[in-house]
Amino acid sequence: MTSAAQSVQPKYDNSYLRKKNLTIIAAIAIIVLMGWFASNYSDYDSIYAISSIPFALSWLFTNFMPTADSLQELPEILYQTYSTILAAVASTTLASVLAIVVGVLGSNVVGVSSVVVRMALRVIASVFRNIPIVAWALILLLSFKQGEFTGFLALFLSTFGQLARLFLDTFDEISVGPVEALKTTGASYWHIVFQAAIPLAITQLMSWILYMVETNIRSATLVGMLTGSGIGFIFDLYYKNFRYDTAGLVVLVTIIAVIVIELVSNKVRRSML
Amino acid sequence: MEKEIKGMERTSSGKIALKTKENSNNAIKYTLIALVVLTVWTFIQMDYGNIDLGNALYYSLKDFGAMMFQPNLDAGHFTWKTVLSETFVTICVALLCTIGSAIISFFLGLLAAENFSTPAVSNVVKALMSLIRAIPTILWVLIFTVAIGLGTEAAVVGISFHAIAYLTKAFSESFEEINPGTIEALKAAGASYWPIVFQCVIPETISKLLSWTFIRFEINFSNAVAVGAVAGAGGIGYQLFQAGSFYYNVHEVGVIVYTCLIVALILEIISIQLRNRFIIN
Repeated sequence: MTSAAQSVQPKYDNSYLRKKNLTIIAAIAIIVLMGWFASNYSDYDSIYAISSIPFALSWLFTNFMPTADSLQELPEILYQTYSTILAAVASTTLASVLAIVVGVLGSNVVGVSSVVVRMALRVIASVFRNIPIVAWALILLLSFKQGEFTGFLALFLSTFGQLARLFLDTFDEISVGPVEALKTTGASYWHIVFQAAIPLAITQLMSWILYMVETNIRSATLVGMLTGSGIGFIFDLYYKNFRYDTAGLVVLVTIIAVIVIELVSNKVRRSML
Repeated sequence: MEKEIKGMERTSSGKIALKTKENSNNAIKYTLIALVVLTVWTFIQMDYGNIDLGNALYYSLKDFGAMMFQPNLDAGHFTWKTVLSETFVTICVALLCTIGSAIISFFLGLLAAENFSTPAVSNVVKALMSLIRAIPTILWVLIFTVAIGLGTEAAVVGISFHAIAYLTKAFSESFEEINPGTIEALKAAGASYWPIVFQCVIPETISKLLSWTFIRFEINFSNAVAVGAVAGAGGIGYQLFQAGSFYYNVHEVGVIVYTCLIVALILEIISIQLRNRFIIN
């Protein structure tokens, strides 16, 4: 049993594992480097941020606790929540009408035959979606001034962009069979749209619309801070006057409203299947 | 014994439960009616303010045109250097939120996934996450701004709260899709919890997790812009807010909007590719 016998034994090839380990180490190193660079560039102190979270949470629970005093404002808060929900629903509904038109005409399955028009619709949807909602609000504020209607318009424009993209995807994914069957029987374009495309997609469209209503309540809070309407506006008002207990009540009402709407829309979504 | 068909349900008396299309059609119909009624009601009771709507529409279209077709920094409130470096700060803020929340969400996702956790723990984590998600991002940021002071830290922590809630949900759903056979095989071989995580969970789901993380990066970027505008912390959003509501200069708003648009479009294109490749099978 000397070196000759040992050399016959096949050598264990660990190059695969070594390569895998190297890849993992390289990936971790890249992520750490990116994080380090980003912290430096944006003046972010991660140790301070992480260590401040317990303090911030305890501060939150002592200062943002609604008091008996803040309950006096409850009717006003409930009214503003109600108007925020209405703005979210109305902007979604109206935007979805426009988005269905874009979705149908721009779809690869039932869209218009011209590729240029289809591409143009996609570009428009993408531009509307990616313009920051803050920019919409600021532009509209210049001529529409502060108010509910301005908030509604800003929400409407950004919702349109998001729904148009989601609907384009939905109308791209409908099955080609029913559309072609209708085509061979000589159905006109609008027959195909109303008898095949929309019925095939309607469940998916409704589910996106309900999802958008939920999202829009949160966006409405942000927009409201700029346009002076709804939950965002009153939160900002109490917050800037250091009435944190009342601001806490606003947060509490928002949580309840969002969760209730989530539960309702989940139930509705299930009954549609 | 007749063959059970997948998806077939039986009533309590053993008959095959029939589902008619009618119920689901009714649900769609009533939902549509409810949405339309609420919308009409919103318009009836809305406060339109003391402005001439036609005039306002004309001027805002003009402003929109100026923003999109005449973007420039001629007024001199900002330099190109400021715009680009602040946009980069926003990207950095989004990146920091994404890295931190992806790491935390990985562990929370394991706790929330039904196949790696006990039902009680899973439900508690899921409930906590939907509670966090219910609070709008901007409120989180404002709350942290008073608690720890205005700065990048408040923006990053505030945005991360929402990102963690979102990613935990996405990650736990990816974990729940893992083939139970693989986990059983490892358990039968005597593997404990962490070897299963490292040898099965990570290799099987890594592409999905990375895709979700990138999709969240895209959302974090647009959130960071919004947070910058309203809370004044972290990047280009603040300049956007200044241009729009201090200087009333739509041309400068246009430049900033185009910068954000280009970044967002690049991120969108990458995330569509990732989604098509790894998430939708």
